[in-house]
Amino acid sequence: MIDDDVLQRTLGAALRTGGEFAEVFVEDRAGSSAALDDGRIEELGSSRRRGAGIRVVVGDTTGFAHTADLSEAGLREAAEAAASAASGGGGGTRTVALARRPAVPTHSVRELPDSIDKATKVDALRRADAVAREERAEGGAIQQVSASYADSVRHILIANSDGLLTGDEQVRTRFSVSCVVSGDTGLQTGSESPGRTVGWEMLEDFPPEEIARIAAQRALSKVHARPAPSGRFPVILKRGAGGVLFHEACGHGLEADLVARDASIFRGRVGERVASDLVTVVDDGRMAREWGALAIDDEGTPTQRNVLIRDGVLTDFMWDRLRARKEGRASSGNGRRERYDVLPMVRMTNTYLERGTTEPEDIIADTEYGVYCVALGGGQVDPATGDFVFGMTEAYLVEQGRITAPLRGAQLIGNGPEAMRAVDVVGNDFDTWTGMCGKSGQSVPVSSGQPTLRVAELTIGGTAA
Amino acid sequence: MACGHPRRDAAGWGRSVSGVVEIEEIARRIVESASASEGIEVRVSRSRETEVDILHGAVESLTVAGSEGITVRVVVDGRLGVASASSLDPEIVAAVVADARDNARFAEPDEFAGLATPAEVGEVRAADLDLWREDVLTTPTADKVAMALDLERALSGADPRVRGVESAGYGDSAVSSVLCSTTGIEARVRRTSVSMSASALAGPEDATQTGYGFTRGRAVADLDPDVVVADAVLRSTRLLGATQPTTQRLPVVLDPLVARSVISLWVSAMSAEPVQKGRSMFADRLGERIAPEFVDLVEDPTDPDAPGASPFDGEGVPTRRIDLVRAGVLSAFLHDVTTARRGGTVTTGSSLGSVPGARASSLRPGTRGQDEIVASLSIGLYVQSVSGLHSGTSTASGDFSVGATGLMIRDGAFAEPIREATIASTLPRMLLDLTEIGADRDWMRYGGASTLVIGEMTLSGS
Repeated sequence: MIDDDVLQRTLGAALRTGGEFAEVFVEDRAGSSAALDDGRIEELGSSRRRGAGIRVVVGDTTGFAHTADLSEAGLREAAEAAASAASGGGGGTRTVALARRPAVPTHSVRELPDSIDKATKVDALRRADAVAREERAEGGAIQQVSASYADSVRHILIANSDGLLTGDEQVRTRFSVSCVVSGDTGLQTGSESPGRTVGWEMLEDFPPEEIARIAAQRALSKVHARPAPSGRFPVILKRGAGGVLFHEACGHGLEADLVARDASIFRGRVGERVASDLVTVVDDGRMAREWGALAIDDEGTPTQRNVLIRDGVLTDFMWDRLRARKEGRASSGNGRRERYDVLPMVRMTNTYLERGTTEPEDIIADTEYGVYCVALGGGQVDPATGDFVFGMTEAYLVEQGRITAPLRGAQLIGNGPEAMRAVDVVGNDFDTWTGMCGKSGQSVPVSSGQPTLRVAELTIGGTAA
Repeated sequence: MACGHPRRDAAGWGRSVSGVVEIEEIARRIVESASASEGIEVRVSRSRETEVDILHGAVESLTVAGSEGITVRVVVDGRLGVASASSLDPEIVAAVVADARDNARFAEPDEFAGLATPAEVGEVRAADLDLWREDVLTTPTADKVAMALDLERALSGADPRVRGVESAGYGDSAVSSVLCSTTGIEARVRRTSVSMSASALAGPEDATQTGYGFTRGRAVADLDPDVVVADAVLRSTRLLGATQPTTQRLPVVLDPLVARSVISLWVSAMSAEPVQKGRSMFADRLGERIAPEFVDLVEDPTDPDAPGASPFDGEGVPTRRIDLVRAGVLSAFLHDVTTARRGGTVTTGSSLGSVPGARASSLRPGTRGQDEIVASLSIGLYVQSVSGLHSGTSTASGDFSVGATGLMIRDGAFAEPIREATIASTLPRMLLDLTEIGADRDWMRYGGASTLVIGEMTLSGS
C-alpha cells in the first residue's frame, strides 16, 4: 500500500518533537452487501474505507491524527499533527529502521469475495427466502422474511518506531436471515446470523437454506410464547450463544485499559477465585475461521490463546501495546480498532468457556424448575459494578427436568463474579456465536462460545408474576 | 443541473469553509456524468473533529483531524444500487460511481424506488436554520484541552465519596455536506456540535457505582461543565449501597436519559418502513388510540434546539414538523419518497438515507417537575439508567425487558438504591400506561426527553 521508505520518513516526522513511540496504521477495507426484503432483492451496496491513522506517544499522552490522503505529503501532515497533539518536549531527529515481519495466518481463505458473481450472492438470498417462507408450525406461518449478505476484505499495514513492519489481509463473510410470525399475542421474531473469517466457502458449512430454517423455526417457536418468569431461577444455556454470558460477566472487566481506569471489578484480583472451579475462560485470537480470528491485532502483535480464568482462578487480563508497556510486559495481542480514524484499545477476539464432562441432556433432566435458553441476542455490562445483562431470543420453561413452554423474549441480569461462581454444571459439547462488540463507540467483530451449562441462579426479567 | 452554483440560501451558506466548494464540485461532476437513462444522487461531506480524553489528571489522547465521505445512489429502470467511501480521492470516487452503477444491475425493479423529485417536495420550503457556530473552529485547541482538564479536576475533588473519574473529555465536530441529484434536488447543510462528558466512580472497589454527566450544544460557549460535575456526582453517589430489590409490580419513573431511549423505540416503530413490511407493533393502528389523551408525540427537525435539527432529510427533501401522536391517537408515520409512493401518500421529509426515521422527536412536556412528581408517589421505582436496550427490546414483538439501576420511591421520597434488577413490560403497554410527562425537557442526540411516569411495570429481582 505504501513504500517502506515513505513509512520510515513519516515515522521520523512523527517523532521530531520527541516521543517514545509512534505508529502508522494504514487500512484499506472494501465491503459489499446485498439485502432481500419482502420477497425482493432491494439493494446492493458497496463500501470503501481507506486511510491512515498516526499516533505519537509522549509519556502518558497520545497525540492522534488521521487522513484519507495517503500521499507522502498527506501522511507527513498527519504525522506532524499527531506529534503536535502529543506536545512532545525534547526533540531531535530519530530514524527508524523497519524490519518486515509477516503475519502468520490462523487459516487459509479459499474464495475471495471479488471472485464471486453478484448474481450468485443474490441467488443465495433468494434460496434462503424461499425456504424460510415454507416453514410452518402449529398455529403459525411466516409472515415476513428479510435476508442479507455482507462480505469484506480489509488490508492493514502497520509500521512503528520499534522497527516493526507488518500487515495482513482479513476476509469476512456473514449471512443473516430474520423472520416475523404472527402469534397469539402479536408479532414474534427469530433470526440467525452466522459469520466467519473466510470467503464464500463459509456457505458450505452454513448453507443459506439451513440458516433460513433456523431463523424461521426460532420465530415459529414463539407463536404460543408466554411471558417469561420474573425473579431468580436456575438458567441452562444451550451450547453456543450463551458465551455472551462470559463476554459480559468477565470479558470487558478483564480488559487492561478498564482495569487501569479503576473501572473493573476484577482490579487487583489476579490469583483470586472469581468463579466456580468448573469455569476456565479463554480469549483466543487464533481460533481458526471464527469471527474474531486474527493473525495479528491492529497494532501488529501476533494474536495468541490467552487463559483468563483457570478452574475459577483469575490468571490474567487482556493487553494492548500501551497498557502492556506501562506494566513492563508483552501485549497479549488484544489491541484492536474498528477503523483507521480511531485509536486502538483492548478488545476481545474469541472468548469462550472450556467444555466440561456432563452430557447436555442430563443438565436439563437434573433441573426441577428453570429456564432453558437456546439463543441469546447480546448483552451489556458496567465493568465497574460487574452487573451485566443479556437477552434471550429463544427460550423455554423447564419443569421437572423437561422442556415445556416457549417463552417471550426477556433479559437476564447478574453480577460477574457471582454469576460465574454459580455455574454448577458444565456440559461436554461446544459451539460459538457470531457477534459485534461495542466499546467507547467502536464496534469490532468477535465470537463467544460455551458448552451447554447451568447457572444455579440468575435473575430473569420477565413479566409473569 | 442546478447543483454547484453556490448561493446564499436559507441555511446560511454564504461563508465558505475550506473544502466546501470542492465538495459541491465533486457532487456536480458526478451528477452531470449521468446518462439519460439513469438517475443519480450524490451526497458528499467533509468535517473537522477534535477529541480530548483525560485520565488521571493528564491528557490521555488528543485527536485533531478531518474526515470526508461520499455516498452515491444510482437508479436504472427502478433498480437501486448504492456505494460509499470514506475518501474523496478521485480514483476512489470514480470506483464508487462505477460500483453504484454495477450494483443497480442486480437489484430487482421496484416501481416505488427512486430519487426524490421537486414535484414531491411541492411547496414545502427548507427551514431557515442556523446550525453553525464559528467558535468551534476558532477556539484554540489548547483552550479545549484546558476545559477538559478543568472538568476532570473539578469532578475528582467534588465529593469525598467520589474516588475517581473513569472518563472525562471534550469533543466537537464541524460538518459540511452537499446533496444533489439528476432530478434537480439540491441540499446543503452545515452544522457544528460540541459536548463534554464525564463518568464518576463512587464508593469502595467492591461496591462501586458509576454516574454519568454531560453537556452539549452547537458552540463551545454553550457548554456548562458545572452541570456535568453535579450530575456525575449525584448519579454515582445516590446509588451507593444499592441492593437487589424484591420482585414486584409498581409504578416506574424514568429519568429523562432513560425516557429518551424509550421514546426512540416507540418512534422507530412509527417509521413507514417497518410498518409497511409488517415488522412494527403499530402497523395496523393508524387512527387508533395508543396512548392517553394528554400525550402528544412530535417529530420536528426544524426545531433549532434539537441536536438532530436539519433543514433537509437524507434525500434532500425539506424537513417539517410531524404530529406522530396527537391527543393519544396515532396520527402519522414517517415517510421518505419510496415508502410514500408505496403507501399512496406524500413524503414527510424523514429520510435517513436509505430508510425513513426520526431525528428530533419529543413528547409535549407536562406541568409538574420531577421533584413534584416523586413527591406525589407513595410507592414506585425511579430508574436512573438501563442496560441491554439492544438485546432486550423489540419494536416488532413489543417486548421490553432491560437491566435497571435506580432508587425506590417510598412515601414521596427517594428511598433505598437498587441494582441487579430488570424492568419489563411491552412497548405498546408502556405507552398506554403513561400516567404523566414531566415539565422538564432536556435535548439529547435524538430528540427531547422528559421525566416519564409509567403506571405499572414488572420489577424483577429476588
